[in-house]
Amino acid sequence: MKTTNIFSESGIIITIILILIPVLIGIGILIMKLYSIMEKFLKKKELERFNAYVKDLDPEQVSKLEQRKKELEYGLSNYELSGNSPAVDSKGLINNINEAGSVRFIEEKRKSQPKHDVDPQLTTMILWYLGCATFWLVFGTTVGEYLGIKFVAPDADHISWLSFGRLRPVHTNAVFWGWASIAMIGLGYYVVARVSNVALHSIKTGYYSLILINASVVLGTLCLMAGINNSGGEYREYVWPVMALFGIAVIISLYNFIKTIAKKTTKEIYVSNWYIVSAMMFVLVIAIVAYWPTWQNGLGETIVQGYYMHQGVGMWFMLFSLGLMYYFLPQQLNRPIYSYSLGILAFWTQILFYTLIGTHHFIFSAIPWWLQTVAIVGSVGMVIPVVAGTTNFLMTFKGSWHKLSSSYTLPFYLIGIIFYFTGSLQGTAEAFRFTNLVWHFTDFTVAHSHLTMYGIICFMLWGFIYTLVPRLTGKEPPQITVGAHFWLALIGLLFYTFPLMYGSTLRGLMWIDGKPFIESVELMAPYWLWRAIGGSLMWLSHILFAYNFYRMIKRNDDIIIPTSAIDILRAKKELEQQELDNQGLTN
Amino acid sequence: MEFFDNHKKLFLSALGLFVLLTIFVAILPALNNQMDNAPLPNAEPMSADAHQGKLSYIANGCVACHTQQVRNVDMDKPWGSRPGIAADYAANTRIDFLRNTATLMGTERTGPDLTNIGTRQPSMAWNLLHLYQPRAVVKSSIMPAYPWLFEIKQTVGKDEVEVVVPDEFSKGINGKVVATKEAIQLVNYLQSLKQTPLPDGKLPMEFLYKKKEVPVVAGGSAVANLPDGGALYTQNCAACHQANGEGLKGAFPPIKGSPIVLGDDLDLFVTIIMKGYDARAEYAVMNAVGTDNNLTAEEVTAIINHERSSWGNDAKPVSLEEVKKIMESIK
Repeated sequence: MKTTNIFSESGIIITIILILIPVLIGIGILIMKLYSIMEKFLKKKELERFNAYVKDLDPEQVSKLEQRKKELEYGLSNYELSGNSPAVDSKGLINNINEAGSVRFIEEKRKSQPKHDVDPQLTTMILWYLGCATFWLVFGTTVGEYLGIKFVAPDADHISWLSFGRLRPVHTNAVFWGWASIAMIGLGYYVVARVSNVALHSIKTGYYSLILINASVVLGTLCLMAGINNSGGEYREYVWPVMALFGIAVIISLYNFIKTIAKKTTKEIYVSNWYIVSAMMFVLVIAIVAYWPTWQNGLGETIVQGYYMHQGVGMWFMLFSLGLMYYFLPQQLNRPIYSYSLGILAFWTQILFYTLIGTHHFIFSAIPWWLQTVAIVGSVGMVIPVVAGTTNFLMTFKGSWHKLSSSYTLPFYLIGIIFYFTGSLQGTAEAFRFTNLVWHFTDFTVAHSHLTMYGIICFMLWGFIYTLVPRLTGKEPPQITVGAHFWLALIGLLFYTFPLMYGSTLRGLMWIDGKPFIESVELMAPYWLWRAIGGSLMWLSHILFAYNFYRMIKRNDDIIIPTSAIDILRAKKELEQQELDNQGLTN
Repeated sequence: MEFFDNHKKLFLSALGLFVLLTIFVAILPALNNQMDNAPLPNAEPMSADAHQGKLSYIANGCVACHTQQVRNVDMDKPWGSRPGIAADYAANTRIDFLRNTATLMGTERTGPDLTNIGTRQPSMAWNLLHLYQPRAVVKSSIMPAYPWLFEIKQTVGKDEVEVVVPDEFSKGINGKVVATKEAIQLVNYLQSLKQTPLPDGKLPMEFLYKKKEVPVVAGGSAVANLPDGGALYTQNCAACHQANGEGLKGAFPPIKGSPIVLGDDLDLFVTIIMKGYDARAEYAVMNAVGTDNNLTAEEVTAIINHERSSWGNDAKPVSLEEVKKIMESIK
């Protein structure tokens, strides 16, 4: 096969275009900046010429200019209509006044919406969910960071419990089931009840669910490190009794959600709940099919593995996060979703096509050729839900782009949406037979899974958490550390994925050329180093996220000097009350 | 639509669609595959030791970096002589009630594919040293070391296997590195990984996406048309004899300055490459590298000429015809 022809392959072209989209946007911004610098320079020159001209003005010209100035400056006194009475805001319309006097290094972003009425017990439960999720994020990515270092320093330790093969599934499962799943379900508890316009069916059972998931991840992690696993299918490394805990947790929450929806006071079931409830039903089907402990001999295991690992990603994480997105994005933009029907189209096509694509992880393997072809066709079909979803979200954004620069949450949403488009379509391109030759078995897959699981799911979840928690607790994170979290995560992700994709392409071409295997290992060394660097930035951003989360939930011990009329009066009342009490005591 | 305002109708239809598709793309094909396939009649059943080794392979998560599948594409040829078929995996059943079937096909080749490693690298000594410290045999390897599969002892027992570790990697060790039973079993498992030939001379599936054959110019000089000897050496020989041709003391003999390599007994040289060698007690047994890896006469000639002219070795190149003749005679 001629490798010079690589650029005529559709899969490669699609991927290059997808990679180019963010790069071209960046170049566009750069060109605009350069253009404005040039413009400034030219203006400066013109100013010099003008100054020379002004110096030589004769008195007659000056007096003419002064006359014109007087005319232009004519204005009304501003009291023509109102008279001289003082301004009053008797309806309390003016709010959120910022002083412009102080020095501002960081642009002040819009405050979160004020705390609103949520059952405090529900608030506490959701915060427990999000707190546990944050812990697993930090834990899981610390493990991931260490694994990345091991590519560069394989002799970093010689402890069996910390060896690469055992830790790798610890990382993936902790971030899957510990971080993303717990965060999603926690947010689900808010959204499901909210869009049904009723109170949650049962808060108490929500805690059972949380405890079971945590138990599952703790036990699973210990088992994996001790060398007890389910025989090596990716993301299926927990043995079934451990995974069963997770399954029971999902059943409990699902029951809770359905009971809540059954009591709904709205006529329609909002599309968020379509996605969320379906995701929970589907993940149960997936887990039962994959974990039923009496079948899957021979290649049956591989076919189920392909189905399991991709449905887990697409029918659980993706579907659930999209459901949350359909609630939080309109909320945050304060406008309805662009097209409700487009969301429903995306829902049904996602089920139809996504279910088919599992075996595209085993193209050219011994599994039936027809099944591989179905998977490739399904992967192409995924263009429909992805384009429908992206269009819907971006059109909802339309007309609100100005809000982006004044919000600290919306950038997370936007990056999530962009990666939803590029990451998902990259998956389609990777499923083609030719691209499988170049990229399959290389770190390209690792880069892809981080572009999607991290770029889409994590960014969306962060956006949702930064949106929701301040509304629950009334406390906002420091905007500067939220900004640092955003940029470190984004830049880290790009440093992580781009070198890996580039190096992997070279590696795949080397394999096609029949070069000795070990040369392809040596080739990857610098790209693995870049991956470790990018991974470190990502890891750092999670520490900042954990800090921000702490700031959002911390009990307020700060001394607050009241500034608003309401607060001043309340303070006065409290003080007087206190005095009365004191007198009561002394009497 | 009214229909979808009822939560039962809505969720049941979504669930129904998903389950229906699941049955067609996962459950039925999987059942069909597990019922319709049997291992090849000439496949060797796995020994008890090798099975224990497989459990260790699973426990240590080796599948994270090593695949066990030869795809029907040309680039996978180094990993096996024919593409894998369903029957190759048919002997795998559930490990036990707790643990699933382990076909160990894998999805990443951070390290090489191991489908046929028992044929490609059957040496017990090499595999043990490689497990103890991969970088002792393959300098740029990034595989983890597995020192916990070995013990440090003062004396080596009768049935125990000592691993000779190069000085660089045995600093601070007082005593001898002895392989535990688990290490031996793990190597037994690796040795058992061999592709079973198809019975009755059945032709295997073809490899797709073939490389363009370089046309051989008739009558041209033999040396010009030979494949890259350096790359072939790296692929087939360097794991033991090392990239610098110096071998490893007490394990693998040097090629640099070797009388066999530099001498005129081409017959012996070709025979060692094709059939293996076990004449010197101080070194490990060499397997039949040439036969095991299906090396052609062109490739053997290229390797020989590379070895005769590298690391200060300075002997005349040999011709393809000579090697061809010897290979015919020892078949």
